[in-house]
Amino acid sequence: MNDPNPATFSASAADALVACHDCDLLYRKRPLREGEKARCARCGALLYTRKPNSIERTLTLALAALILFALANIYPLLDFQFQGRAQQSSVLSGVRELYAQGMWTLAMVVFVASILAPLLKLLALLYVLLPLHFGRRPWRMAQVFRWIETLHPWAMTEVYLLGVLVAFVKLSDIATIVPGVALYSFAALIVVMAATDAALEPEAIWERLEPCR
Amino acid sequence: MNPGLPITAARAALARCHACHLLSRMKPLPPGSHAHCPRCGAALHLRKPDSLARAWALTLAAYILYIPANTLPIMTVVSMGHGEPDTILSGVRVLIAGGLWPLALLVFFASVVVPVLKLFALTYLLVSVWRKSRWRPRDRTVLYRITEAVGRWSMIDVFMISILVALVKLGAIATIEPGAGALAFASVVIVTMFAAMSFDPRLIWDALENPDER
Repeated sequence: MNDPNPATFSASAADALVACHDCDLLYRKRPLREGEKARCARCGALLYTRKPNSIERTLTLALAALILFALANIYPLLDFQFQGRAQQSSVLSGVRELYAQGMWTLAMVVFVASILAPLLKLLALLYVLLPLHFGRRPWRMAQVFRWIETLHPWAMTEVYLLGVLVAFVKLSDIATIVPGVALYSFAALIVVMAATDAALEPEAIWERLEPCR
Repeated sequence: MNPGLPITAARAALARCHACHLLSRMKPLPPGSHAHCPRCGAALHLRKPDSLARAWALTLAAYILYIPANTLPIMTVVSMGHGEPDTILSGVRVLIAGGLWPLALLVFFASVVVPVLKLFALTYLLVSVWRKSRWRPRDRTVLYRITEAVGRWSMIDVFMISILVALVKLGAIATIEPGAGALAFASVVIVTMFAAMSFDPRLIWDALENPDER
């Protein structure tokens, strides 16, 4: 990327420095061993880490998460049986029913937090990591990679699962509730997504961006 | 441990890119123009723009939304033609009455304790930064980190409603309808998340920068 902006220049002297995310203190960057973390001495925030095979491990986990995500959205979450009548619910049917009852804002919130944000986050990760693994540079990599951090707080898969469990326990008093395939997929998805986040080392990916500048 | 240089990035006129964390030297800008990170293209600022004003506005909005969120019904169970509205608190009471203690505790914590504490924590952080407090900056930074991380868990009730509404559709026998309180409650959670995002924890530490003042 060429820099048309006169206000900044790539400060090569500043490349060896890092600033704390939470208190802005400057540090000289020192090489870490694999698995080590550097923390801010003043406020305790994480400065930078070094994770082994970050790109490959994140890529593998993100692919697994995408498969689980598909299962969690295709299959029914819960089966509701009451006096011979049965009703199934999936993630999408919850959204659809809110919309049908005129609460389209709430339907949007649930849709974004439970489906759209986690899916976009996984797709953005794959979009960046897959080409990087094969030594290529994805088109508009910086923009796409930036989205991942923006999307992160709005992807509420784990909170959603707790909501489902609360509904499950509440209803099991009055009716027969059978957990569906999607519920188990959801549980696995949460674990795999957490592992994906833990394997990702953003610094390593941003550094890959530099030689191509 | 690496002791750090005795200076902040802002003092050294270095802006940390909020997206890719690269440090760039800031030069005086012509009015109306923005600096962009040379590595990833994100907008560069020494501090989050209008951090206090934005965080105050969003926190106040959340306080106001908190009232309908707790007084309006979040859902109504309609059974045999007559409806029983549930608010956030009555939902917890129903769980306790049913003997579901662990669940009642979980919902009470996520839907009542977390939103209130989050609003108080944001208010306290904003007041302390506004008064240029120098008291226990490290603990206040930890408070901010917790506030930012915990907010999303309040959405449990909203997701629960979306499941109940889709499952309980038994026509005349029983249906569950979402209520306006659920929308207000989701708004409280979302607005406080934005408030926490617009607050800049580095402002806590900026008060320590000029010991001669004050």
